[in-house]
Order: sequence, then structure tokens, then C-alpha cells
Amino acid sequence: MNIDTIENGYVIDHITSGNAIKIYRLLDLENIECQVALITNVKSKKTKTKDLLKIGKLIDIDLDKIAFIDPDVTVNVVKNNKIIKKQKLQLPEKLINVCKCNNPRCITSIERNLDQVFNLTDKDKKIYRCHYCETTLEKDKFLY
Amino acid sequence: MKKEKIRNLIDIKDFSVKEIDELIKVANDIITNREKYSHKCDGKILATLFFEPSTRTRLSFESAMLRLGGKVLGFSEAGSSSTAKGETLGDTIETVSGYADIIAMRHPKEGAPVVASKRASVPIINAGDGGHNHPTQTLTDLLTISREKKRLNNLTIGLCGDLKFGRTIHSIISAMSRYDNIKFILISPDELKLPDYTITEVLEKNNIEYVETNNLEEYMSDLDILYMTRVQKERFFNEADYLRLKDYYILDRKKLDNAKKDLCIMHPLPRVSEINPDVDDDPRAKYFTQAHNGVYIRMALILKLLEVK
Repeated sequence: MNIDTIENGYVIDHITSGNAIKIYRLLDLENIECQVALITNVKSKKTKTKDLLKIGKLIDIDLDKIAFIDPDVTVNVVKNNKIIKKQKLQLPEKLINVCKCNNPRCITSIERNLDQVFNLTDKDKKIYRCHYCETTLEKDKFLY
Repeated sequence: MKKEKIRNLIDIKDFSVKEIDELIKVANDIITNREKYSHKCDGKILATLFFEPSTRTRLSFESAMLRLGGKVLGFSEAGSSSTAKGETLGDTIETVSGYADIIAMRHPKEGAPVVASKRASVPIINAGDGGHNHPTQTLTDLLTISREKKRLNNLTIGLCGDLKFGRTIHSIISAMSRYDNIKFILISPDELKLPDYTITEVLEKNNIEYVETNNLEEYMSDLDILYMTRVQKERFFNEADYLRLKDYYILDRKKLDNAKKDLCIMHPLPRVSEINPDVDDDPRAKYFTQAHNGVYIRMALILKLLEVK
């Protein structure tokens, strides 16, 4: 399979298999006006398989969103056909408007104009809790 | 505009153990020298914003402020507030901040006091937010335990009933976990067990000993405190589940046969059927004393948050 190299944009590498589609959706890449390549199950020496995302434009991307889904990825920034930066990510301490609280009793379910905020409360177990009601974020059920 | 350094009480952990000890000390002083405090809040107004019905908590806040010489305004259900017209909580709070010096708020939605505290320019007291927290009930409980047992450490505490949705339970576990040598006996049906996160992040994290059981009598003889709770209808989405679980535990005189002579039986009230009235005459029943203590600790809290000396 041949995918064109990109002149300017991002190559998000070392994505755990299955996570590229989640990053694609969370970054809302279906609504940007440039080429995007989503490649799954690419052969990898380290992990046998991995996913890859190529974005053909230097758009503003929210690294916290990517790190939330998969903190082990590498974000390569490409300018004039050259990788000018290899960015490693860290699990964000705070998620703002990345996920919605799915507790129906949470104030965020009714209050308008309220940021959806989650705090990292356990780094080792990667547990986030709603800033308001402290409900644990179920990563596979996020709504954005 | 929001003032700097406003103290609120949203979660019991907002106060240090030292601050709680000071509140208990003031509450004890109020109990013995009530007259001394009767004009401490002259000219001050407490707003009681109850978006969810409550009798005991609202009246105890109102009584507390009136006994301090202050005045009270507010509403007792969301239907009589602007919420019914679609106003956001934030807007209501920002408005009421101009009408009162301190706000006590109960809200059915969890985390509502956090939103309120961001918009308020006066202190916010969480008077209960859904199944989440109820810190002034916990202060009441701590005052009661301290007065009845003369200590807040070295206690075996049985918590019985709805440990899943019971906000008083979550708050008291969080508060008591900061004292030495506390052991919890968690008595509940499987469906209403303490949430996993309270077990891992509060009990296990603080190396607090605990036992889970669904048998009320099994550990009765070990208990220094037995804290009964009501299975709350309003926390269930399915009425059939409520009806199945509401009478799971009923404490009566017979079940107390093996209990210690100085056991302290507590309940945040109102009770439905979980404590038989035949227990009321037992000297170990302290739940009405507990309800009365709620006024004194709220008086101490209002004084602290308003920085009245």
C-alpha cells in the first residue's frame, strides 16, 4: 500500500492499534479540508502492529486530546517535506471539553455554558474524574 | 466581582482536621453559652437556596442563623425559584450573592456547589448535592461522635443501609479516615454497596481497615458507633428496585442484644422504617440529639465562614 508523503502537516506515529479512529473522531478530522490518511494495523517492530495518522496540513491540533486517547504516540511535525519536530506526549492533568460526564445526576447534564472538566486523579491507573461530581470517566464511553 | 480568598464548604476535605476540631470546640461553647452568641450575626443575611426539598437541613440552617441574631431568606423547592423559568444555577447564584452575606444551597445535581462557588461573591455552603456530598451533616456527625464518645479516634464504626447513594456515608468515611485507628463495618445489600472508588481511593489509600457484610447483627458486638441510613427513593430511577431494597434492614431492640453498653446509634434522619420506634427509648439512641447538634455546628460554621469572632 502506498500513501503519499506529506509536504506540510503531521504524522502521528506509534498509535496503539484501534486508537487511530478514536483520535480521528476526537480531533474532528472528517471536517477539515485537507488530505487525511488513517492507516491501521501497520507492521511494527516494537508492538507487532500499530496505527498511523497523516494530516496534510499544519492545522491547530489539541495534543491533550491525542494524549488522552494514547499518551504513547509520537507526533511528527512536517514542514517542507522534513520532520522538524518529534513530539512525545504526556497524559494531561486536566481535560477541558474533551469528554462529557455521563453521570445523569451531574450538574453538567443541565447547566448551560459550562465547561466539561476532568482531572487526572490517578496517574498510574490513568483515572480521570469529573471536576464537578467526581464520577470516573469511562474512557470508552466518552461522547465527543 | 468575586472577592479574593472566600472560604466555602463544598466538601468536608475543604477543612483541615485542625479546623474541624476548632469548629467542634466553638459548637461546644455555643451549647454551654448560647446567650454569648445571640447577636454575633446581627445585620447578616443567610440565603437558603433549596432546589430539592428538605426539612431538617434547611430548618437547622435557618435556626442557626436566627440564633446568631441574623436574618434568613430563600426558597425551599426549585419550582418557586427562577430555575423553573430556565435560569441557570450560575445566574441565580450571582444574583443572590447581592442579596445575602452567605448562601447555604441544596441541589439535586452533583457538583452544583462547585459551579455555585465559581459564580458567588459570598461563601457557599453545600447543604447536599445529589448523592455526592453533605459536609454539614458530616460536621454534625463529628460533633455528635465527639460529644458522645469523647474522642474521634480508636472507633469501630458500622455504616448500614444505602452505602452507594448515601451522601452522608461518603462524607463521613472521608472525614473519619483522617483520624487514627478507625475501622469501618460496611453493612449493605449487594446492590447498595459502597462504590469501588471510595474503597480504593479513600479506605485502601489511607490503610483504613474495613469489612463488607450484608448482615446487620454479625459485627454488632464490635461497634462503637452504628450509623443507620435510609434507602432514598429519590436516588432510584426504577421504583421496583427501591421497593425491593427499602426494608432490607430494620434495627430493633432485639438486634441490639449483643451491642456494647455505650454504643452510639446515629441516623441522619428522616427515618422511614430502618429504625423501629422501640429503639427510641434506648439510651444508646442518639439520632435526635444528633439532629439538634446540627444547629450548633452550623452556627459555628456560619461564624467561621463570615469570619465573625
